[in-house]
Amino acid sequence: MATEHAEQALTPSSYITHHLSFNAKPIGDGSFWVLNYDSLIMSVLLGVLVMGLIWWVARGASSGVPSKGQAFVELIFSFVDEQVKNIFHGNRHSFIAPTALTVFLWVLAMNAMDFLPVDVMHHFVYAPLGLEHWRSVPTSDINTTFALALAVWILMIFFSIKVKGLGGWIHELFCAPFGSPSFAAPKSLGGAIGMLLSPLLFVANFAFNLIEYISKPLSHSLRLFGNMYAGEVIFLLIGLWAATGVTGTIFGAILGAGWSIFHILIVALQAFIFMMLTVVYLAMAHESH
Amino acid sequence: MNINFTLIAQAIAFAVLIWFTVKFVWPPLLSAIETRQKEIADGLAAASEGRNALEVAAKKSEITLNEAKQKASEIIGQAEKRGSQIVEDAKGTAKIEGERIIAGAKAEIDQEVNRAKEGLRSQVSALAIAGAEKILRKEINASAHSEMLSKLAAEL
Repeated sequence: MATEHAEQALTPSSYITHHLSFNAKPIGDGSFWVLNYDSLIMSVLLGVLVMGLIWWVARGASSGVPSKGQAFVELIFSFVDEQVKNIFHGNRHSFIAPTALTVFLWVLAMNAMDFLPVDVMHHFVYAPLGLEHWRSVPTSDINTTFALALAVWILMIFFSIKVKGLGGWIHELFCAPFGSPSFAAPKSLGGAIGMLLSPLLFVANFAFNLIEYISKPLSHSLRLFGNMYAGEVIFLLIGLWAATGVTGTIFGAILGAGWSIFHILIVALQAFIFMMLTVVYLAMAHESH
Repeated sequence: MNINFTLIAQAIAFAVLIWFTVKFVWPPLLSAIETRQKEIADGLAAASEGRNALEVAAKKSEITLNEAKQKASEIIGQAEKRGSQIVEDAKGTAKIEGERIIAGAKAEIDQEVNRAKEGLRSQVSALAIAGAEKILRKEINASAHSEMLSKLAAEL
């Protein structure tokens, strides 16, 4: 392990803690002004790599017989486009579909970093570069997933206001989903009581919308984070088998291979779910009640 | 697991990536795919049009073929009729010609016969005269009887 740990005994908890520590550097005062360089650099690298590759293919795209690379990119394109088409019934090509493509590919690439074997990467790549703590999976950092969810959340509010107008959006905050109170003259005593109580609908509607606006980005980001974090922890727990000797190492390797194979499903599925939720949230913002 | 400035940095990275995709990645792919779809649709339409045209042409060619066959058989019929007419005509002409030739030959024969008769007549009268001359030389003078003899010759 690394030099600072060399003096200490290597315990399971120190092993796990070491692998779950970010390369965090303060950039100002206070706990907020810290930057996780590993998350940021890995995610930007992956984003540039993935979207750059797609761009490289898209730039030379021909409408004739496509090359194998173009066919592959078009396969992904059509897959995303088809999903968006089923959910969003507007001009999807101007923003929502490309956003879905970005989210899907970027999150997929970031999730896929979970397949890098943690100790091999540490010993042969990160430690020689002088990086004591370096986490390869940006999506197992709550900051990354929450940043994506928050950006989608801002887009959601932006499109709500853009489609319905500021007044329409505020009206919807208070008058949907339970409806708005009626101020017609009551015909009976019951009607009069109902009319007096009906402004409570504003409260109920607003509370409901508030919960929705808070729960959307939380569930959106925590689902992805939880899955990827748990996957990483399980890899670390399997890695602990190597401490028990040769037999344990072989057993751990078999377990690790099994978990990796199963993890392919999680990596792809979570990227897909994250994309679908992004599209659903943005599509919902376009609908008026 | 603390929320920190990484959040904002990642959000900015995300925004830049979305901008990049919206601007540079999505449009060329979309236009390539849509152009290809349009080309394929056009190709299929052209193919079905061609198939229809082929059907029409086949029908037309069948009609033309039938017409040609009909016309050919008509022409053959007319030719046969004309041929037999020509043969009939030729037969008629030949018959007339034959009759004419026969008639000519008969007339020539008659003429020949008459000429022969004429010759014979003159020779007979000459012979008769010569005979009679020999007979009568002794007793009759030739000039007294020649008139009677030529009268006899005219009767022949």
